[in-house]
Amino acid sequence: MLKDITLGQYYPVDSKLHRLDPRTKLFGTMVFIISLFIANDIWAYLIATFFLISSIRLSQVPFKFMVRGLKAIVFLLLISVSFNLFLTPGEPIFRLGFLKLTREGVKIASFMGVRLIYLVVGSSIMTLTTTPNQLTDGLEKSLGFLKKVGVPVHEVSMMMSIALRFIPILVEETDKIMKAQMARGADFETGNLIQKAKNMIPLLVPLFISAFRRATDLAMAMEARCYRGGEGRTKMKPLRYGKQDGIAYLVCLVYLAAIAGLRIMG
Amino acid sequence: MAIKAEHLNYVYGLGTAFEQCALKDVNLEINDGEFVGLIGHTGSGKSTLIQHLNGLMKATDGAIYYNGRNIYDAGYNLRALRSKVGLVFQYPEHQLFEINVFTDVCFGPKNQGLSRQDAEKRAREALTMVGLDESFYARSPFELSGGQKRRVAIAGVLAMKPEVLILDEPTAGLDPRGRDEILDQIAQLHKERNMTIILVSHSMEDIARYVDRILVMNHGEKVFDDTPKEVFKHYKELEAIGLAAPKITYVVHSLRDHGVPVDDNITTVEEARDEILRLLEK
Repeated sequence: MLKDITLGQYYPVDSKLHRLDPRTKLFGTMVFIISLFIANDIWAYLIATFFLISSIRLSQVPFKFMVRGLKAIVFLLLISVSFNLFLTPGEPIFRLGFLKLTREGVKIASFMGVRLIYLVVGSSIMTLTTTPNQLTDGLEKSLGFLKKVGVPVHEVSMMMSIALRFIPILVEETDKIMKAQMARGADFETGNLIQKAKNMIPLLVPLFISAFRRATDLAMAMEARCYRGGEGRTKMKPLRYGKQDGIAYLVCLVYLAAIAGLRIMG
Repeated sequence: MAIKAEHLNYVYGLGTAFEQCALKDVNLEINDGEFVGLIGHTGSGKSTLIQHLNGLMKATDGAIYYNGRNIYDAGYNLRALRSKVGLVFQYPEHQLFEINVFTDVCFGPKNQGLSRQDAEKRAREALTMVGLDESFYARSPFELSGGQKRRVAIAGVLAMKPEVLILDEPTAGLDPRGRDEILDQIAQLHKERNMTIILVSHSMEDIARYVDRILVMNHGEKVFDDTPKEVFKHYKELEAIGLAAPKITYVVHSLRDHGVPVDDNITTVEEARDEILRLLEK
């Protein structure tokens, strides 16, 4: 039951996009997001659509995984689209009571909808083709300059990777403890809210204890292997740009220039 | 008979890319008052199997009968089944949560809907069965030693007065003394209370000494189901699936290979000693 939860939705295939450096993919995603906010006419959106579809094809991830992320924003999408649709002032084309549909409203609402959908799908491409660990690695490297102003970049990214690593372990642990208590007759389903919260105690206490135990064990194991922060630490798999990354950067920049050019000219 | 499983199949992650078959057409019968050992290496499906026996996991296909009734029938009370088929998980001490030993053991009987008095009576009995006296009752379960914690956790299940007791690797991580104590207490429960017991383990030595029958699992399938003597005769096949017969089996077989006419039905060190002494006296 709990095992079905997957966090970080990495889809394991070996595609051109999967092989890119995570920093390149972060940059690409940023470029795409920025471009969506610059784009304000149909041509720009067509270019963005082309860019998005080519990326999806390159990633070799089935399309249905791409749109899975949309489920979470269905409500947001509906609300923002309908607000823009009916509450934008302008030339009315249809009237229903106090609601009126305007030409401007239709335009803004459809751009808004497309923008939101593209945002989610675009960032899904990154999370689907990059493992959480690669992602934190890429973030650590890209944000390395913040170290100069005293931000503990390495420590934060280490914490992030440990947290990510522990999620499946804790999920499994929860499942196990839940079953063990159910074997002792515990009931996690029935009862009102307060009763349900109370019934969680036999689950939460052991879970906390085990989380603390694992944390101290891990700290001990890291110290035993002389971990002392990021200073002078080398990596087994250091991030290195390849030829394909150069090409990807170039494509992204050309794409951004095209969208920006359309905005300036239009 | 107490438990009967027919054509049990279980598939993890059905319908996803990560589909994995954990149980393949498993048939078995556990009779009342039997002491059965369930053996298999890690990932052989033994833990999955026992979670089916008390209805914590539902088979993808197949049926389980408890005292003749199919537990997958609509309206079958699974919670009642769980108090009849007690399951002690691996590292059961990780499930302790109460402020003291006594209240923790009371958790099960209270969930069965017993009055406070009855629950406490059950808890006292269960703690006595696992050899913990009153000096432990008021102590926090978290300040006990590993072996003591485990006994508290086993008492937590015993307090529900199960008819069948299933223990998943009850000796994992214990020192030899703790291991022998726990196994002896389980054997005593079997003898004195005639409780049906299923002992899951990967140590043949532990199992050979106590059980009447051994079930061997491999890759989700039941490969052997027989008395220890018969199962250990297949020690070469057992090795091939990553298990080993008790060491004494090897001694006996190599004695036979060297022309010493020892009885090859021997499964324990004691039997071997007697047999060798008998041969020497001749």
